[in-house]
Amino acid sequence: MYHKSECEGFQCEQRMLEESLGQENAQTGLVDRLVGWLRQRSLFVLAYGTGCGAIEMRPLMTSRFDAERFGIIGAPTPRQADVLVISGYLALKTLKRVIRSYEQMQEPKYVIALGSCAINGGMYWDSYNTIKQLDHYLPVDMYINGCMPRPEALIEGFAALQKKIGRGEPSGFKRYRENIDWYKANQRRVLGENMPPDYTYDWYHAGGVA
Amino acid sequence: MHAIVDSLAMIGISYVMGFLFYGFYRQFNARVQRRWGPSLWQNFFDNMKFLLKTETLTHGPMFFLGPMIIAAGAITTVLFVPFLKDSDWLQGFSEHGNLILIIYLLVVGPLGNALAVGSSGNPFGVMGVTRGLTRLMGLEVPFFLGLALVMLQHETTSVHAIMAAQDGLAQWNLFTNPIAFIVILLPFIASQNASPFDVVGAPVEVYAGPRVEFGGRLLGLLMTQNMMMTVAKLVLVVDLFMGGAGNVPILILKAFSLFLLTASISLVFPRLKTEQTVDFFWKVPLGLGVLGVIATVWLPWGA
Ligand code: SF4
Repeated sequence: MYHKSECEGFQCEQRMLEESLGQENAQTGLVDRLVGWLRQRSLFVLAYGTGCGAIEMRPLMTSRFDAERFGIIGAPTPRQADVLVISGYLALKTLKRVIRSYEQMQEPKYVIALGSCAINGGMYWDSYNTIKQLDHYLPVDMYINGCMPRPEALIEGFAALQKKIGRGEPSGFKRYRENIDWYKANQRRVLGENMPPDYTYDWYHAGGVA
Repeated sequence: MHAIVDSLAMIGISYVMGFLFYGFYRQFNARVQRRWGPSLWQNFFDNMKFLLKTETLTHGPMFFLGPMIIAAGAITTVLFVPFLKDSDWLQGFSEHGNLILIIYLLVVGPLGNALAVGSSGNPFGVMGVTRGLTRLMGLEVPFFLGLALVMLQHETTSVHAIMAAQDGLAQWNLFTNPIAFIVILLPFIASQNASPFDVVGAPVEVYAGPRVEFGGRLLGLLMTQNMMMTVAKLVLVVDLFMGGAGNVPILILKAFSLFLLTASISLVFPRLKTEQTVDFFWKVPLGLGVLGVIATVWLPWGA
């Protein structure tokens, strides 16, 4: 049986991006871990209902599965959110709004992608107006697979993200900052002239100081 | 030296009580909705997380000064409300102030809010502030009337003197002047931004209203001051109506029972519209307040 564990061609881009972060993992100090421990207990979620997966966010947040017991509650605006949940396939039009919402969030911020559509295109693989791999446009911290993932799976994904934050590991927003050119080039490739306005990432023009 | 330690202790106590009370509120709320709810410490974690976030927004200087003004107003209010009766500690600067000063300090928050939100230019924020100021119009009048009733009853504006006048359970203003208590309680719930008067920050209608543009540290600061302000108001009502407290456990007990009362009221009533809120305030608490003034001032059995 043909089984490949190595990436091929463009699939390796992701690993190249994450390589630079790998070395930082070792040096998470005491303060990082303490801050991470505090952060992990409170995640405000901006649930962007892009695809069918959005329907599973409601039982997660309400009485049946009650995500609030893990400190996970909905945020009314991107400004106050820590986690952006992309629930399913992303049309190009939506991608533009999602990028803008993501850039308005205050750091540290995380992205959770639900469903196979956000991982590899899923059943929309050959659609003319959806993107296939979300990770080419926004830095995803946690994938939750399934079509669509049930609330239990979402809770597990959130718990895994919380563990990751608790260890104080650098996360996606750093990757976004360091490889902004690559992300912006990818976004420009699919959005063309319709790029979102650039004042939401003006630190890019300020040479990364802002 | 004493003043500094005392002030820090008051600020610390009001913060700790604030997040524990709010944590309790969220858990209570969850149990009523038949779920487990977050831990008691959840509000502390939320607040710390926001204080540890970055703040990359720029909307001009007023946007940054607004939360500072609000927080300064809250801390000053905490320092002018005596937490304990007949004690050297937890007094802050309360012997230099009185009820009139506290009334003025209570308005600093909404003012700073309007300044900051106005400069952010977010339409939802402006909508929230408009709603807030409309509601303020409704709640201020009965609130001040209720305070005036208490001042009339004791013929003093000093919180210390009012506390001292309520020795035993029978002398509590809660029992000697129940009308004033009801007149104050309803605007008090509204000033805590609790349901049914929470139309200002409705999350899905106006996207958190005045707080729509705040994220990161400024939002953390706003949360902190909100918790401290709530405790300051609770302690003020405890001082005025429940005879104050001799030591910290009694204080927590009394403030907590008052909080439980307001929390239970706000759990079971759904949100009112802005104009319904103002209507309600100008009918029920204000009508009661006017009756109370007539009863205290003109009728023979009044003071
Ligand atoms: S993964 Fe399945 S459920 Fe999710 S958006 Fe795609 S098709 Fe819909």
